[in-house]
Amino acid sequence: MRVTFTANGKPVEADDVWEGESLLYVLRERVGLPGSKNACEQGECGSCTVYLDGTPVCSCLVAAGQVQGREVRTVEGLTDENGELGLVQQAFIDAGAVQCGFCTPGLLVQTDALLEQDAQPSDSDIREALSGNLCRCTGYEKIMDAVRLASARKCAKETSA
Amino acid sequence: MEFLRPATWDEALAVKAEYPTALPISGGTDVMVEMNFDVHRPSAILDLNRITELSQWEITGDVVKLGASVPYSRIIDELSGPLPGLALAAHTVGSPQIRNRGGVGGNLGAASPAGDSHPALLAAGRDVFVEVASVRGTRMIAIDDFYVGVKRNSMEQDELIRAVHIPVADGPQQFSKIGTRNAMVIAVCAFGFALHPKNGTVGTGIGSAAPTPRRAVEAEEYLQGVLAERGLWESGDLLGTEVIQKFGELVKAAASPIDDVRGTADYRRHALAVMARRTLTWTWNDYSKQIRSAA
Repeated sequence: MRVTFTANGKPVEADDVWEGESLLYVLRERVGLPGSKNACEQGECGSCTVYLDGTPVCSCLVAAGQVQGREVRTVEGLTDENGELGLVQQAFIDAGAVQCGFCTPGLLVQTDALLEQDAQPSDSDIREALSGNLCRCTGYEKIMDAVRLASARKCAKETSA
Repeated sequence: MEFLRPATWDEALAVKAEYPTALPISGGTDVMVEMNFDVHRPSAILDLNRITELSQWEITGDVVKLGASVPYSRIIDELSGPLPGLALAAHTVGSPQIRNRGGVGGNLGAASPAGDSHPALLAAGRDVFVEVASVRGTRMIAIDDFYVGVKRNSMEQDELIRAVHIPVADGPQQFSKIGTRNAMVIAVCAFGFALHPKNGTVGTGIGSAAPTPRRAVEAEEYLQGVLAERGLWESGDLLGTEVIQKFGELVKAAASPIDDVRGTADYRRHALAVMARRTLTWTWNDYSKQIRSAA
């Protein structure tokens, strides 16, 4: 079947999509957006997290046919208006929150969603928000640092604006 | 395989009548796992995402009509007042991303004994009804008649779940679940408990410790008897350790768990008694406070 939707603000079209295929597969293999990672395929790891109509979801658990006509935003869409790294992405680099990097795309989207809702989350809010994103390298401390850094920068930016 | 995308509820019922083996999908948090791992290859998938009324809820009188696809995250944000037990249970489902997609309809459709909604729905009382429909008409199935076997419910092949009707809470409710961590956990076992002061009853629900979610009937009857005989609904006085202990033992006796990878039958029985005592204590403390502040 054919599926058309909006990915990072641009209309995309995928042909010959198998009816049982996931949104994750369509993104990675059919429309050239391999940023979202395929790790567990059962919603346990959060590496495939994307926005679907503004809500963060595991793209491995969304059937491709379900996104017909809807809006998807992936880690590739977290860059700023000039195509430079976005605030959350830069904070993860600056805090050294990336080791093997496989979990990073999902963490970036989920962190972006958290800070959109609450620009100054407490540590327990951060842990709760990221509880569905597994990282097997960092022990999460650098990730916590990155979210706090992104939060501080976002607040500073909003105050100065 | 076919991918069916009805735009309206009536169309969905017509499609389900025409393709009775089509597998309904909404949040996809169960269905897509089976698809990704090739556990189950249905003849057709019936997508319910376009049917907006499935993701809406409304309160009429003292009853919440909860659309089958209202995601857990919205149950937590919007319904923790009228449905405190279900909201607590919803909070233990998967992770934020899973809670943004999954809903009670999927839990009921899958009818797994480990589904987190079930103990809360059972505890909410015998007046909880699952509204199912087909081209033949609508049925209201009482929650006590809904679960009939391991991953089996009392629905016909051509029926779809429209909503769950749950009385607005008139007393404190609790939910407790055992798992190895706080997120992304399938229950080792779970327990839901509710006080219903208006009609002098209590509600229980056992999860993951029997072939189906089930009520601890004798524990409910024992506690209702004690509360009535001693005038405790009116006084809000302490229950005493003997009553709490006995209630825990009766809940434990109502379970028929198995040994499996998540835990042993013995452990599940033990944990249920502990959860029953705790949830009873928490809810009764809350209730006593309400009585005292009203006096």
